[in-house]
Amino acid sequence: METTSDFLNIKDVNTAFKINGKYYDAISHINLKVHHDEILAIVGESGCGKSTLATTIMGLHDPSETKISGEIEFEGTDLLKLDEAGYNKFRGAKIGMIFQDPLSALNPLKRIEDQISEVMTYHTNFTAEQKHKRVLELLDEVGIVNPERTARQFPHQLSGGMRQRVIIAIAIACKPDLIIADEPTTALDVTIQAQILDVLRKIQQENHAGIILITHDLGVVAETADRVAVMYAGQIVEEGTADQIFNKPKHPYTRSLLRSMPQRDNENDDLYVIQGNVPSLQKMPTTGDRFAPRIPWIDASAHEANPSMHEVEPGHEVRCTCYKSFTFPDQTGSVKV
Amino acid sequence: MSLVEIKNLKVHYPIRSGFWNRVTDSVKAVDGISFNIEAGETYGLVGESGSGKSTTGKSVVGLEKVTSGSIMYQGKDITQKRNRKELDYNHDVQMIFQDSLSSLNPRKRIEDIIAEPLRNFEHLSKDEEKLRVLQLLDIVGLDADALYKYPHQFSGGQRQRIGVARAVATNPKLIIADEPVSALDLSVQAQVLNFMKKIQREFGISYLFISHDLGVVRHMCNNIAIMNRGRLVEIGTRDDIYNHPIHIYTKRLLAAIPETNVNDRLQHRKDRLAVEEIYREQQDKYYDKDGKAFPLVPVSPTHSVALPQDVANEIIKQEGEVKA
Repeated sequence: METTSDFLNIKDVNTAFKINGKYYDAISHINLKVHHDEILAIVGESGCGKSTLATTIMGLHDPSETKISGEIEFEGTDLLKLDEAGYNKFRGAKIGMIFQDPLSALNPLKRIEDQISEVMTYHTNFTAEQKHKRVLELLDEVGIVNPERTARQFPHQLSGGMRQRVIIAIAIACKPDLIIADEPTTALDVTIQAQILDVLRKIQQENHAGIILITHDLGVVAETADRVAVMYAGQIVEEGTADQIFNKPKHPYTRSLLRSMPQRDNENDDLYVIQGNVPSLQKMPTTGDRFAPRIPWIDASAHEANPSMHEVEPGHEVRCTCYKSFTFPDQTGSVKV
Repeated sequence: MSLVEIKNLKVHYPIRSGFWNRVTDSVKAVDGISFNIEAGETYGLVGESGSGKSTTGKSVVGLEKVTSGSIMYQGKDITQKRNRKELDYNHDVQMIFQDSLSSLNPRKRIEDIIAEPLRNFEHLSKDEEKLRVLQLLDIVGLDADALYKYPHQFSGGQRQRIGVARAVATNPKLIIADEPVSALDLSVQAQVLNFMKKIQREFGISYLFISHDLGVVRHMCNNIAIMNRGRLVEIGTRDDIYNHPIHIYTKRLLAAIPETNVNDRLQHRKDRLAVEEIYREQQDKYYDKDGKAFPLVPVSPTHSVALPQDVANEIIKQEGEVKA
């Protein structure tokens, strides 16, 4: 196994979807590194491209409908250069994926045991006995109380939290180095959510895996992530450690998001509202700061023509220079929203 | 007098089985709950999925057949259809749904969607109706050109605001909001919550706010009821519930909310695991032998908890000692 700490290196990746014969960028110029032993959270609102990034890494896009450029270097291999057969050696074995909706990710006609051992049939040469043993081991690892019984059951017999545990068991069956979790707890109750996040954290520590946690829930990020990348309109706008993002947020978008959360200290006030809407794929501006239309009170000269990432302190990067002069309108008192 | 008084409400669904398909058992979705909604306030009903909170909401609007118990409105029990008609109850009580796409008719234009309750209850002329619809759109911050569009042409937040506009069309006194923002992004959620508060200030509407999101509930509600397995386990003011929770289920829910404070996350996690531990060990103290929550007993004028009186007193005493 490679020992370099950044084993996944995403370089300048663009993914464009074909709509009515033309290609539109869903994510543009993504640069990101994932290290062993860390949870990297990708946060953003719906439509910002966070799931597209996940499916691009997993190679789940139909090449006739999408155009992908750039480089995704995973343990020395450029994933984007692989053909389907080559990709299959990575998917499931070295990269595991956890989906948002556990019911639709499981096959309703197969018993849990068969679904978990399917991965092993494909990627290992375990005997039937070894596979059975490993299935029970995995179910135990993800915190299922009675593995023997659950292994014989069908997905509809399990609760939402149990199903998500099974999905995690499938994802970690071959001890992957990288786990991509796309909104793993969005469909679950808070108490179950807390348990699932505990399981994820435990697995990451035991296997020394890197986890990409995709979510829109800032609370989940603050509780679990080591590093955070904030995405807006297909771009990463801010990247840093959880401490930097939550305690010293710089980009106007990050600051606006944090401010629009209902929190203990704004119980009786109105919540902060970000003006306007996320631009749709076809209307996405190709130049200038994409967040500028939503903070119209900031002077155009504060933005860069072609916003790039700037380092604020080691490990903390922000897109565009407008963060330097950004203030909320009600805090300066001069502009009204 | 309270606007709505719910007394010992029960909604049971029969389970049929056997050769004759007889009723052999029932699912007790709501099993004897009582609370009052005051005029002009937002009452929060919190619980996890399957706790019966939506069933309660539906019973209050009259969409659910109530097994027993009463819902009093202006001195009459509106679980009877006759009384609902007499009081014009369906005019005074409206509902906002969670999924804005499936609760708006995809084949109707926004004008017709918002005007539907007006056409049902208020006999306006065409011009009056249009004026009213425009006013409503203005209240929720949408342009006049929205009139002739269809639901799919709007974003999730805009659609939810159309749902709000439809709900306030008849100047209702009470709106049941069943998870109104849980499908929305953070910034859009803020928009809709602000609208709901603004409309409340302007028209004095009461809300029954049903949600699983304790952060949103803290922001919106003055009085809160925590529901678990069809029963209420704790009711109280915002301060009672968030700062002095007594029932283990409430504590467990509160401990599970992710905090945005990165610095305290280890401590927060330790607290949560400690509460989980107590929950596992002392479950039988908090529920009776059938796993049902006990009847509510008052511990202060505003605060009640589902525990035997002696246990409640003991816990309050313990907490007092810890603080001292």
